[in-house]
Amino acid sequence: MDRNDLIAQIPGLRRYARALLGNSWAADDLVQDTLERACSKWRLWAVGSDLRAWLFTLMHNLYASNGRRVVRSQQAGTRVDIHDVAHELVAPDQAIDLGLDLQRCLLMLPEEQRTVLLLVNLEDMRYEDVARVIGIPIGTVMSRLSRARTRLQSLMDAPALTPEKRAVPGASVSPLRRLK
Amino acid sequence: MDRNSSPLTESELHRLVDQQAQGAERAALVARLSQDPAAQATVAQWRQQRDLLRGLHKVVLDEPIPPTLMAAARQTVDSQHALQQGWRWGGMAAALLLSFGTGWLTHNEWPGQRGGAMAKTTLTADFVRQASYAHAVYAPEVRHPVEVAAAEQDHLVQWLSKRLGKPIKVPHLSAQGYELVGGRLLPGEAGARAQFMFQNATGIRITLYLGAINPKANATTGAKTSDMDGQETAFRFATEGAVPSFYWVDQGFGYALTGPLKRDALMQLAQTVYQQL
Repeated sequence: MDRNDLIAQIPGLRRYARALLGNSWAADDLVQDTLERACSKWRLWAVGSDLRAWLFTLMHNLYASNGRRVVRSQQAGTRVDIHDVAHELVAPDQAIDLGLDLQRCLLMLPEEQRTVLLLVNLEDMRYEDVARVIGIPIGTVMSRLSRARTRLQSLMDAPALTPEKRAVPGASVSPLRRLK
Repeated sequence: MDRNSSPLTESELHRLVDQQAQGAERAALVARLSQDPAAQATVAQWRQQRDLLRGLHKVVLDEPIPPTLMAAARQTVDSQHALQQGWRWGGMAAALLLSFGTGWLTHNEWPGQRGGAMAKTTLTADFVRQASYAHAVYAPEVRHPVEVAAAEQDHLVQWLSKRLGKPIKVPHLSAQGYELVGGRLLPGEAGARAQFMFQNATGIRITLYLGAINPKANATTGAKTSDMDGQETAFRFATEGAVPSFYWVDQGFGYALTGPLKRDALMQLAQTVYQQL
């Protein structure tokens, strides 16, 4: 095992974690926890097998066992809907805006859909590998991917509603309705 | 001809968009797609989505890897090498080397850990940020850097121990050139927190910030309740605040050593503090 092989995986792990969690602090901590877990589990890694898939499996397991707790703690205190604080935000340039919007929509996806969508799109992972990393049948990978893509599309297509507009039901004639 | 014009299934659309279909399979799918306007629209949408996603946080790929992650990666590789070498010399050596190699850096990942790693990291992230703020506010202070000066050290220790609900010790850093300036009481989520300030001959000030991390740990009995078992983390380096910190959690109690120093210098001081507490 070459040190550089492992280091070469870190940028990808960081980006994936950031897209998954939407928070750079939590993302880097998840990566660090993953590396530390890798440290304690080296004996379980078969030399020559896919290092990336193994690291993502470790990361997914950490995320799956801890993710729900985080969501709960965020709801209890610090998490706000970006709509509610829209007036406090300074408009960034368009590219950043688009990224923010995409990240916001991603975070609205159920976590099992988000995971599949990111592994496939961001990591170019083959469906079989995604199934192995998450520990689900490949059919489930495909159905989650379908749901994720459809849902993300409708979230992205929905106009960014201000709180006032959102309070008026039926005001929008868009055929795509946003699911809460 | 039937096969060539049958509508594409969703799985086939995914395989096309994600480029998981290759060669002849891909050619056949593309041919069928040309007959299927509805599928074309879906594929176009998904491709656009895919491109957007691939642009997301792309800058992270080119950012330098944070030192803490580099250290963790090195630790991992070293422990594996140690393990392999150990096997050459026998199982005992392997176990020994592994435990030295991984040591306390990984102990928070062993079974029996209570708080979820991520819920925990949010708490510690807040903690170290507050430590950095407290440093930034009080370290430049000329006339009132501390509430209780070092001359009254006994009183300072007694007072802060009482307020934090845990016996506190002030580390000695004179061997490293830092003398105690004094300390102060600060508010924190889980109750009182304390800040000790040290200064060296050139006037550089470092602060040690400490207090209960978890609200549950704020019982008057101190942090050593069964609830707090395993609430520990590795040494971590944080640069997000105005001033860098090394921080760690021990038995539900957080410690952050903050100062305008290089990583190595700050880490050595943090280790000295850790050993003394």
